[in-house]
Amino acid sequence: MSDVYIVGAGIHPFGRHEISGLEQGVFAARQALADAGVAWEDIQFAFGGSFAAGTADSALPLLGLTGIQFINVANGCGTGGSSLLSAYWAIKSGEFDLGLVLGFDKHPRGAFNAIPSEMGLPDWYGETGMMLTTQFFGMKIRRYMELNGISTRSLGLVAEKAFENAVHAPHAWRREAVPLETILHSQMVSDPLTKFMFCSPSEGGTALILASEKKARELGAAKVKFMGAAMRTRVDGSFEVFSPMLDVKRGPSPTEIASKAAFEHAGVGPEDIDVAQLQDTESGAEIMHMAENGFCAPGEQEAWLAEGRTRIGGKLPVNTDGGCLACGEPIGASGLRQVFENVVQLRGDGGGRQVPGDPKVAYSQVYGAPGLSAVAIIGR
Amino acid sequence: MRPIAEDLFVETPEGPRLLGGKRKSDGKIVFPYPPGAERAFYERIELSPEGKLWSWTIQRFRPKSPPYAGDDDDRSFRPYAVGYVELPGEVIVEARLEFGDAEPRIGTPMRLDIAPFNHGADGVGQTTYLFRPIG
Repeated sequence: MSDVYIVGAGIHPFGRHEISGLEQGVFAARQALADAGVAWEDIQFAFGGSFAAGTADSALPLLGLTGIQFINVANGCGTGGSSLLSAYWAIKSGEFDLGLVLGFDKHPRGAFNAIPSEMGLPDWYGETGMMLTTQFFGMKIRRYMELNGISTRSLGLVAEKAFENAVHAPHAWRREAVPLETILHSQMVSDPLTKFMFCSPSEGGTALILASEKKARELGAAKVKFMGAAMRTRVDGSFEVFSPMLDVKRGPSPTEIASKAAFEHAGVGPEDIDVAQLQDTESGAEIMHMAENGFCAPGEQEAWLAEGRTRIGGKLPVNTDGGCLACGEPIGASGLRQVFENVVQLRGDGGGRQVPGDPKVAYSQVYGAPGLSAVAIIGR
Repeated sequence: MRPIAEDLFVETPEGPRLLGGKRKSDGKIVFPYPPGAERAFYERIELSPEGKLWSWTIQRFRPKSPPYAGDDDDRSFRPYAVGYVELPGEVIVEARLEFGDAEPRIGTPMRLDIAPFNHGADGVGQTTYLFRPIG
């Protein structure tokens, strides 16, 4: 068993671009290799994934046909997080010393049009207009707000913070601050969520180079280390997208169980985290995830947001690069972007968005369809 | 007119009922009634026609087709309410909601109804299920 280090990180800016998703992935991979100071020929294995931009292993002819083990990962919104965990276990097991994790994507504009039969659902569910991710998010946060006393203004504060942070993140897509009033009064998409409270499908690529402790020391890059990681799927009683029914008996979310497992694995608690990247598909998701990941009790988000505790400089800065709200959500790359941002923060390279006080432990959580959550805790 | 799908709901002398499945092994209730080979594990049951609003939203733009099959187009589209209704002790079902001019509120008592939805590929009118506030 070896400790696992992140020795290189690369990103192709998120947003809308002329080039293919694959090219954005290769750009990120080359940047990560350069960052780590290793040659492609040194890489022993790779895990990669893309949801809508082709097979990740198409990067091989561009990076070089070195014959390495390359495994394509397809795991819904958790594709990036799943690739990362797979690479982590691969090195931790002692089997490999140096590997690449790659994620990229390029989605068509607008809401995803899901096809019922591809998800084991009856046709009528889609035909009658109930199979939309945006509806799910609206219904989920509506009930959460009612039960926990969360205001619409808090939804706006999350988005306001995202765009403010993104101003200082070169890889973000929407990099202009948006006034709170504009966010609150923009076009209603799925009540209570307005246009500025939703992330959009976008494009981008992210790559990370993982190394064993031995290799990381060889490279003089034993700085950012994996402390704990876990990925979990839905259990009975969780509330997930595309559910014609829910159980009367309610249960925990996949995020709650993944978070607990990752904290236990890392041997630290929520109070030890200095910076967090939480899945913010829409404003409500960030609010729910603050509690589901154990950072506060349900309902306390209202005070946290009003007091700016999740802003840069606050008690727990959340989504320091603007998250999905400002970067968009290229599914294959999105979960890896969170870890990329945490690496930047731990290295102190955040520039205008750098979390003050020399952060030492960083947390990331990616969540999505069909009901899965992946958490990674890294530190130095 | 015909239902948009078989085994989704039935008309009874007491009014319409959604069809669900009761798992033989542990009594867990599911909606809709599972199709195909899964049926071997479930008993077909009629679900309660009344419940309470559990959550809701308004669909403000016309969903993409496919899969959406409404007769409307981008110009004639009208926003509609969607939500979950908790049928006590049974299951929480997702449904289209008809609130008229009333503001949806979690906890509102709701009752099942069947209403025209669209025209099928062969031009025949099709119905679907929805819930309305009681009273």
